[in-house]
Amino acid sequence: MSEEPAGHHEEDEELPAWSLPAGSVDRIRVGLPWPPGAVSREWAWGGSSGAGVRVCILDSGIEGGHPQVGSVEEAYVVSLEGDGEPVVGEDVEGDLCGHGTACAGVVRSLAPECELVSVRVLGAGYTGSGTVLLAGLRWAIEQGYPVINMSLSTTKRQFSSLLHELADTAYFRRTMLVASAHNMPVESYPWRFSSVLSVGSHEEPDPQVFFYNPSPPVEFFARGLNLDVAWLGGSTIRATGNSFATPHISGICALILAKHPELTPFQLKSVLSLTASNVGGEE
Amino acid sequence: MNETGLRSAVAAGVLAAEEMHRALLQSIVEVARAIFAAKASSVFLLDEEADELVFEAVAGEGSDTLIGQRLPSSTGIAGWVLVTRQPLVVDDVQQDPRWSREAGESTGYVPKGLMAVPLLHEERALGVLSVLDRPRDARFTLREMELLGLFANQAAIGLELMQRSRRAKAALEGAGGLATLVGRVAARVDGLPDERRDAGRRLLSALDEVLASPER
Repeated sequence: MSEEPAGHHEEDEELPAWSLPAGSVDRIRVGLPWPPGAVSREWAWGGSSGAGVRVCILDSGIEGGHPQVGSVEEAYVVSLEGDGEPVVGEDVEGDLCGHGTACAGVVRSLAPECELVSVRVLGAGYTGSGTVLLAGLRWAIEQGYPVINMSLSTTKRQFSSLLHELADTAYFRRTMLVASAHNMPVESYPWRFSSVLSVGSHEEPDPQVFFYNPSPPVEFFARGLNLDVAWLGGSTIRATGNSFATPHISGICALILAKHPELTPFQLKSVLSLTASNVGGEE
Repeated sequence: MNETGLRSAVAAGVLAAEEMHRALLQSIVEVARAIFAAKASSVFLLDEEADELVFEAVAGEGSDTLIGQRLPSSTGIAGWVLVTRQPLVVDDVQQDPRWSREAGESTGYVPKGLMAVPLLHEERALGVLSVLDRPRDARFTLREMELLGLFANQAAIGLELMQRSRRAKAALEGAGGLATLVGRVAARVDGLPDERRDAGRRLLSALDEVLASPER
């Protein structure tokens, strides 16, 4: 974890993280006029195609070349070695379920020029799946992907504190973790952590409609009902679930970050809340 | 109650429970199928040792052939749902050539659509509940998704009870299978009509006395 996040200024190193000496306000300039007048959708992502923003899909893999997905820039897989240690390698298997391809297709539909990266955390069996998920997330954060789509969760308490630390690390390194909320009566992670952006479903058919929820833990609602999504073998299926609402928000994050790469996760969340369909966003 | 008495009582309870839990799971899949007017519904149990999903209860299409069949625990739709803990509803899944081939080969039946939801008890994932082929024109809403989640909670409790009783049974059988035998005999005697039950008890008491007397 030695890399500096984008937009981090060298002179900041002289500044203790816990105080701001008199006359040094300049050192914490945010890189853009803030607040930027009226935050509208036009300001936030008007004209953006998500160009150059890397979106990591932590899932079942992605079927590259699918008509709704296009090219996949990089593909990795986390597997377990004989001694149970997780290792990250290049992935040539594609998608083992169809779900990762579906998420990639949703992101692509919103941010046509973003760069898709697949980190596959499925396929190594159920038993080691928590270890694999954690290792995949840690690795993705170390790569500095600005957006990581996590349409998944774990209920294992032993992973909760580690996931919490990783979520905070991502937040401080300018990586936005976008995670599916759970709508079942059970404690699960990482979507409940305030450093991630959690997403549930609404029933509207418009992919650009999303709502800010003033009653957390679920922070945003995006399209998650009866969508036509990419699936295996170049196919398209109709699907429903919070796991499909999540990549809508990831796609919109990519649009915003392509236009405003200096935004921190905190600012990105603020922009999303201000441009939500029930706040200042045009429906 | 001495240790043997306790063991046999537990064994009797455990043996009777297995059937009851099976009936409970069967009832859950039957009701799930009825609520969603679906062609079939099934419960998969995670076999942690083999790291596989096993068909534990099936209603409708495939009910006579699927029980006991196994699937990988972290690939395909059921594996994804189990590992990610996220419910999923997919239609037109026949478009996926791999799905059609694999489902056809393993079950002889290729559904057009399915709803799958993880069965979670506290922090453990126990298996997956799936509902296959709702009517094509059925309007699906998020309310139904929540209903499915509530249902899954009930199925998870059934599955947890069944697993506990299986573990208890395995523990009892670990003691040479004797406790299970004693439990079975005790359950049989308990189930007899009054007169014969008294005779059965006297017989068992006599046996106990003979066994308790010092060897000659």
